[in-house]
Amino acid sequence: MSAPLLRVTGLTRAFGGLVAVNALSFGVRPGEILGLLGPNGSGKTTALNLISGALAPDAGRVELEGRLVSGLPAHRIARLGIARTFQLVRPLPAMSCTENVLAGLAFGRDAAWDGEALERAEALLALVGLGGKGHLPAEVLTYVDQKRLELARALALSPRLLLLDEWLAGLNPTELRDGIALIHSLREEGRTVLMVEHVMDAVRSLCDRCVVMNAGARIAEGPPAEVLADREVIRAYLGAEDA
Amino acid sequence: MSRNALIFALLVLAALSAVPWLDSGFWLALSINIAQYAVLATAWAVFSGPTRYVSLATAAFFGIGAYTVAVLGEALPWPAVLAAAGVIGVLVSLLVGFATLRLSGVYFVVFTFGLAELIRQLVTWFEVNVTRTIGRYVFLDITQAQIYWQLLGLFGLLLILGTWLRASRLGFALRVIGEDEMVARHVGIDTARAKIALFALSALFMILTGAVMAPRWTYLDPAIAFNPTTSFQVLIMALLGGVHALLGPLLGVVPMALLFEVLSANFPNHFSILLGAVFMLVVYAVPRGVIGLLARTQRRRVA
Amino acid sequence: MEAAAGTLISGLVLGGMYVLVAMGLTLQYGVARIMNLAYGEFVVAAAFAALWLFSAVGLNPLLGLLLVMPAAFLVNLLVYGILLAPLVRRAGSPAALESDSILATFGLLFVVQGVMLAAFGGAYQSYPYLSVPVTLPGATVTANRLVALAFAAVIGGGVWLWLAHTRTGTAVRAVAVNPLAAQLVAIDVKRVAALAFGAGGALVAAGGVLVSMFLTFNAAMGVVFTMKALVVVIMGGVGNLMGCLVAGLLLGLVETAVATWVDPGLTLAATYAMFLAVLVARPAGLFGRAAR
Repeated sequence: MSAPLLRVTGLTRAFGGLVAVNALSFGVRPGEILGLLGPNGSGKTTALNLISGALAPDAGRVELEGRLVSGLPAHRIARLGIARTFQLVRPLPAMSCTENVLAGLAFGRDAAWDGEALERAEALLALVGLGGKGHLPAEVLTYVDQKRLELARALALSPRLLLLDEWLAGLNPTELRDGIALIHSLREEGRTVLMVEHVMDAVRSLCDRCVVMNAGARIAEGPPAEVLADREVIRAYLGAEDA
Repeated sequence: MSRNALIFALLVLAALSAVPWLDSGFWLALSINIAQYAVLATAWAVFSGPTRYVSLATAAFFGIGAYTVAVLGEALPWPAVLAAAGVIGVLVSLLVGFATLRLSGVYFVVFTFGLAELIRQLVTWFEVNVTRTIGRYVFLDITQAQIYWQLLGLFGLLLILGTWLRASRLGFALRVIGEDEMVARHVGIDTARAKIALFALSALFMILTGAVMAPRWTYLDPAIAFNPTTSFQVLIMALLGGVHALLGPLLGVVPMALLFEVLSANFPNHFSILLGAVFMLVVYAVPRGVIGLLARTQRRRVA
Repeated sequence: MEAAAGTLISGLVLGGMYVLVAMGLTLQYGVARIMNLAYGEFVVAAAFAALWLFSAVGLNPLLGLLLVMPAAFLVNLLVYGILLAPLVRRAGSPAALESDSILATFGLLFVVQGVMLAAFGGAYQSYPYLSVPVTLPGATVTANRLVALAFAAVIGGGVWLWLAHTRTGTAVRAVAVNPLAAQLVAIDVKRVAALAFGAGGALVAAGGVLVSMFLTFNAAMGVVFTMKALVVVIMGGVGNLMGCLVAGLLLGLVETAVATWVDPGLTLAATYAMFLAVLVARPAGLFGRAAR
């Protein structure tokens, strides 16, 4: 078992009296796709916000390749190599697709500007299936294309770890198939991904391992088939009576 | 602004520098007035356009520049006076920026709203207690024509800087911040630093404008230097002209400067009432609201 | 010792005025969502109204309150209905309303100030009312200050009771917390917002009348009152009345202390210093409630 790329230890964050993430611990190994699962309101997005620096934890640590990143501002974490997409897609609406990707290239870990950046932006747009659409403003794209664009922008940061927050949610069956194939191709490139996801088919076919959360805490961890059969996980999703 | 447009604009400025030879009375005074507001409104828009933070601090920075000249004007050579004004003002702008620009826009508005009054009171306190002179005479060997040329020079410099900024990585960062600050942070932009840097740059031009204008009054006291209507007039002009093109504010400056000239000449005792009324009309007349003016207006359509 | 007790009492009196004025602002900003930069001009306008009633009509300012407060309530309802409601209707987002209202009330500030300058001139004004010394254990203060503080406490307490214990007050608090949800439980949000704006205006006017009993004032002072009210509201946390009370009294004490022991010319600087400290250390206010 290789050393984890990302190690989360005792991560805790409360909003007023509500403890959204409660002493959460897990690791992500290099090159794996880890699914972060759990019913609505179980704290998954808060966990991603804590890892990416959108929120500061009340307690606990987040380490990237052994370096403490929790408590750093979001832009520092992004530059150290954690890129993310957003649950509600957030393109830069009035900017062109190329400019959206340039935003990821210009300030990231392996920053590029000018001619080289343009080339890399075109390549990334082609990679996510937006080849030839670089000149369009992001706001005219369809929903799925905006999601692709957001992915290209995140990849432009040359991340060590990619956080996907329900990236596959809301897609129709064809789009979903393409989307799964796209994430699959990221694994082939050896990228490390932490994905929050509700689409179970995608979880089964993409994830090497899963961490399941309920009420802010980890209740199960293991390969997808195993955790999805876990009694406690089923109880968390379906309620006590059905288990 | 493209390179060619910039060169054209600079040529126009060069041609306008002939005004003092054509007329040294009314037209020169009017040109100085317009040039002054052109620098102030453009500097305002350079910061508030991309970041969408409404700054009410123009009078504070203008006043810092003017008052520094009143204090140091006779003690130091002119370039050193300008440098001193710049250093003082930029330090103040960095302090304000550091305190407020990491937070949401309301704190910034509130802070800048009272800033001119705060500095006015501090300066007054200092003059009363330390130097024991309230109000100063500015006797400098600077002609009206020289004031005008300096303002044109400042405006030209601002256009060059603005054009460079738009093509630069900092300018790009600011556009990303204006679109979505959350995204900006997550692509690695130090949003606070970018905003503070731009705020200081914009403040520097306001300070220098105040400094250059100071010799126009022969007598200056804190109430004249830190007159809050300055913030107000600049705000109207910039919003009316448009904040996204570098020359946009100029479109508001020219008609408004003329209007204010007429109003203040004919209704000196009711000027602030009329000013407020004009401003409220502008706010109501804009259909999408002021935020519509601050948002990018040219929505490209794709069939 | 004598000086310290005197400063304490003066500070509490001044702080009580700030509490009243800031409570009004928190109603206007927290409930009606209008950031009113012309706020301080209404304080000054009420002070001038009290002066005029006292010197021209011969009405004492405490009876004047009975006239000025309802009048201010109506004027603010009109300001809201005519000037601000169109902005509320067209605003697509809270941010849009915020910037529109900031700019519109910035314009209003200059209009109101200009009218007062034209009517009363720029000189400092005051009038003698109950300025007889009262000896308390440890200090001597003028009666008008004590009366002002007592009235501020009664009015502020009344508003607190109204908000906490009446049906309308509950609706006002509901809108402050969440306008959308309030609408869902059949609260007429527009009416409540107008009511809150008017009530806020009446509170400001009360503050202005009481202040005029013991402070000198002039037509250009509005900005300072607006700043102080805003700082109190931000320190206490937007919409937090208890925070308002503590922050207002604190500001009054700090200012009086600075005026007594340092220099009266530095009170606004003291306000700003406190504001800076809050912004740097606790941007969500002293009591941690997020100020949006």
